[in-house]
Amino acid sequence: MTSQIELRAVTHAYKTAAGPLPVLDHLTLDMPKDTFTAVVGPSGCGKSTLTRLVSGLMRPNEGEVWLAGEKVTSPRPTVGMAFQNPVLLEWRTILQNVLLPLEIVKSKMSKAEGLERAKHLLELVGLAGFEDKRPSELSGGMRQRASLCRSLIHRPEVLILDEPFGALDAFTREDLWCTMHDLREEEPFTCLLITHDLRESVFLADQVIVLSGRPAHAQYVLNVDIPGNRTLDDLYTPKAVEMLAVLRHQIQVAQGRASTADEPLAEHAPAASAKEGMVQ
Amino acid sequence: MSAETWRKILVPIAFIVAVLAVWEWLVWVYDLPDFRMASPSDLLPKFWQFRELFLVKSWETLWRTVAGLGLAVIFGTALGMIMGFSKIAREGLYPLLVGFNAIPKATVVPIVALIFVGQHDFNTILIAFMISFFPIAVSVSIGLSTLEPEYRDILRSLGASNFTIFWKIALPKTLPEFFGALKVAVTLAFIGTNLMEIVSPHGRGLGDLFDSGRISADYPLMFAVLFALAALGIFLFYIVVFLERIFAGWAERTPGQ
Repeated sequence: MTSQIELRAVTHAYKTAAGPLPVLDHLTLDMPKDTFTAVVGPSGCGKSTLTRLVSGLMRPNEGEVWLAGEKVTSPRPTVGMAFQNPVLLEWRTILQNVLLPLEIVKSKMSKAEGLERAKHLLELVGLAGFEDKRPSELSGGMRQRASLCRSLIHRPEVLILDEPFGALDAFTREDLWCTMHDLREEEPFTCLLITHDLRESVFLADQVIVLSGRPAHAQYVLNVDIPGNRTLDDLYTPKAVEMLAVLRHQIQVAQGRASTADEPLAEHAPAASAKEGMVQ
Repeated sequence: MSAETWRKILVPIAFIVAVLAVWEWLVWVYDLPDFRMASPSDLLPKFWQFRELFLVKSWETLWRTVAGLGLAVIFGTALGMIMGFSKIAREGLYPLLVGFNAIPKATVVPIVALIFVGQHDFNTILIAFMISFFPIAVSVSIGLSTLEPEYRDILRSLGASNFTIFWKIALPKTLPEFFGALKVAVTLAFIGTNLMEIVSPHGRGLGDLFDSGRISADYPLMFAVLFALAALGIFLFYIVVFLERIFAGWAERTPGQ
């Protein structure tokens, strides 16, 4: 498979009053086309920085970010983004909000096609009939659904999600996980998800990348091997529980609370594939 | 009309009538002569007596207030945009602006009248402008500088230009703050016009009519002018409210939502 998103030895530091604050340290990642990658890691380890680098909103100090075989130097319209805050424009209706990217991106889509696509996406996420409502009339989960539609309206090749489900209650969150699977089934796209929720990462992703503590590098890569259409029940199989335990252990290692040497679950870890296991 | 609409109209009218009645009654009970306190019943004859002057002077006051306010909107918005987008401009201009705003404009009136001697319309518009641009500049700059970075990122990640971001997001998002400031500014501009008309008399506007009432000890006329000023102020205020409904009506939420 060709890679859609590639990070090559990306190193980045923020300038602060107390001197440079390194956040990423020779981070190397590879996300094949149309796959789903979740990135987990301790708080403040540079996950959001990663999304800004991939989307081209920021350029790394060192190293390179590649999207679909091109080096990223500025934002590009083949990317869709959604954040923890749905940032819907309150003066627009839900439909107008979803259509916003089409006003910026020069798309091959005609106005009528765009409108049809917006309505279709809204229906897919369960917001049919809410097209003409204002964001203030919707619940948090509904707003996040509308935000997802907006990030997909211009048929991006890459979708970047920065903890979009983080502020939602557990049941709404699980609902939206299933919506994500529906959306990907409808049309494939490469997805990069930043999250704190290990269950979320295992349920949604094809590969889960654990970042080390700051400055972050890829500490561990887990290939999630759940074939076929996933349902929430798949999270309660022994295999999934084992994967979650491994991820949890890796997070603790990243936080400096455990070392890889005393890994208690080592013998239970999923069979290592060529790519899987410790990186660096 | 529904019962609620009737209530909304009748309750304010009832209160106004009640206040006028108490006023009339107090003047009557204490038997105050006209030159000490006018009563509401004295006002109507005055309005009738000077009906043409009231129309002419009201128009003079009105158009100069609106002109001053218009300049304040243009200048205040431009200044607010500069301060909202540039941190250096904000740090540099803010103390200057606060200092300028702290000067009581009544003291500026004679100076302006001296600098542009004889330019009465210009002077009056200038004072109306000077007194009213400050809240507009501050609210626009705060509205722009507090724009959440995610709003910018949503458009920037698609490759939108700064102008597009301003036009599609920053400007509409700032409108509720802008209209809040405009409601304050419209009253201030009105004060500015009258300040010029009264402190530096030049025979124009309702301020002049007020002044001639003062000189001839015509209390009922002075009170009649106050009522005319109040009516004009209310008129201007509700024009702003009307514009706000059209352009920033989305920001108003019904309770429970």
